Amino acid sequence: MSIHTQTIAQLAQGLKDKEFSSVELTQHYLKRIQQSDLNAFITVTDELAMAQAQAADEKIAKGAGSILTGIPYAHKDIFCTQGVKTSAGSKMLDNFIAPYDATVSHQLNQADTVMLGKVNMDEFAMGSSNENSFYGAVKNPWNTDKIPGGSSGGSAAAVAGGLSCFATGTDTGGSIRQPASLCGITGLKPTYGRVSRYGMIAYASSLDQAGPMTKTAEDAAIVLNAMAGFDEKDSTSAEQAVPDYTANLNDSVKGLTIGLPKEFFSEGLDDEVATQVMNAVKEFEAMGATVKEISLPNSAYAIPTYYIVAPCECSSNLSRLDGVRYGYRCDNPKDLEDLYLRSRSEGFGAEVKRRIMIGAYALSAGYYDAYYLKAQKTRHLISEDFKKAFNEVDVIMGPVSPTTAFDLGSVKDPVSMYLADIYTLSANLAGLPGMSIPAGFSNKLPVGLQLIGNYWSESKLLNIAHQFQLQTNWHQQMPQEN
Amino acid sequence: MSLSEEQVTQIAYLARLTLSDAELKDNTKDLNAILGLAEQLGAIETDDIEPMAHPLHMTQRLRADVVTEQDHSDLFQSIAPKTGNKHYLVPTVIE
Repeated sequence: MSIHTQTIAQLAQGLKDKEFSSVELTQHYLKRIQQSDLNAFITVTDELAMAQAQAADEKIAKGAGSILTGIPYAHKDIFCTQGVKTSAGSKMLDNFIAPYDATVSHQLNQADTVMLGKVNMDEFAMGSSNENSFYGAVKNPWNTDKIPGGSSGGSAAAVAGGLSCFATGTDTGGSIRQPASLCGITGLKPTYGRVSRYGMIAYASSLDQAGPMTKTAEDAAIVLNAMAGFDEKDSTSAEQAVPDYTANLNDSVKGLTIGLPKEFFSEGLDDEVATQVMNAVKEFEAMGATVKEISLPNSAYAIPTYYIVAPCECSSNLSRLDGVRYGYRCDNPKDLEDLYLRSRSEGFGAEVKRRIMIGAYALSAGYYDAYYLKAQKTRHLISEDFKKAFNEVDVIMGPVSPTTAFDLGSVKDPVSMYLADIYTLSANLAGLPGMSIPAGFSNKLPVGLQLIGNYWSESKLLNIAHQFQLQTNWHQQMPQEN
Repeated sequence: MSLSEEQVTQIAYLARLTLSDAELKDNTKDLNAILGLAEQLGAIETDDIEPMAHPLHMTQRLRADVVTEQDHSDLFQSIAPKTGNKHYLVPTVIE
């Protein structure tokens, strides 16, 4: 078995048993990154990684450290990392060396992990294909003509392509779950407020949430243990106790009630994706779960609701990027207004500008009630649908994305791209945790199964996902290498 | 309703963005398509529905009124495009 196909749990054992050192592990991954043509990394931090690996080996030699000590990972370039470029996939921050660590970066450092580098993403996390990055599109390791999904496309490609053991991601409207699905890995978006947003470059603050992207549910539980927790530096962080997410992985799913929203299986869903998803559900039935059809009547409105709420928040959040205190500044501004206008127009890409303008319009005098207030009200209705559903079922299952990964460059108009987010947006609007786990293939491309749970039910979701992975081997498939 | 190119230029200015002629044409089309999507929300009855600004019904935390941050101005200014005498410099606003 190759080293890069191993999970965190397996590598941790190998490190403990002295089968290999963290330095060797890190060198192995750095070599693979160097040879890769997936464009998954924006910055490779090889010197830092080697220093961290060395420190981890010393700790392991003393019998100290945690299960993550010496494990190499890829960090989404949206998390501030002190002294390391943090670009958010944008020309605007191409020169931005973060002056401090995000809480998530700090937590992973505290756990003695090894950061291999910062991975590619759609600019400011706005996109579903990773084609909106200033650094170019990432390729899907299963078929390099295809998109890896977005916005955490670099994270998903790095894990699926064996370039890192795990990765961090963020999910505002599906940006962990959709690339996890399209690249055939496990991705978890926790409950809003579970993981600190401090130092995580904001796109839409009431929706953004960070989470792990891994090979298995067990690994996701291990990484979430390190990432989750209350942070006084984030005013929306939840003061909620953090359980050991690995503690309930082995619970039985017998008696579990699974809800299948009929709206998630209607027109627009690819037949083969539907078949794979239903086969996965049947697997759970064989394990003793029962299935119930439910309805989330307002879920079709998730797209217009999200594409008003998120742009409004982004137009406000991104107003701070003005060429004055940090980031890109245009050459020879003739006055202050020219400095603002040209720095922003030259620094932002097309999709970011589009969303800023939608937000600026929807928040402007005379239109606020018709767009933003209306969208906040429908957001409430979408959230209520889930509340009713969770009175009847323990978990909701369905597809993550209507299709498998599509061809790079094939979707050109923004609205068509937005429509593909249909199954992931509502969990963000409600603030609920969601997962994608590998559930099969269609035309040699991975298909993900989505799990949506009630608030703070991450342990339950990880348990359900782990039980599925004990019965199936979809998560163990690796793309063929040239 | 539909946005004209003139209105899109004004929205871009509100967001402190400028658009080339080609960008203006594309954005007028795209913004109208996105707002067309948003029009779907008109079909839902929401008169008695409370707006939801935040997913968790939590109250804003208070903390003790004590200084917790050190002065990092040198560090923060080290990545600024232009500084002088501890100030961020921009083109002259008032002669």
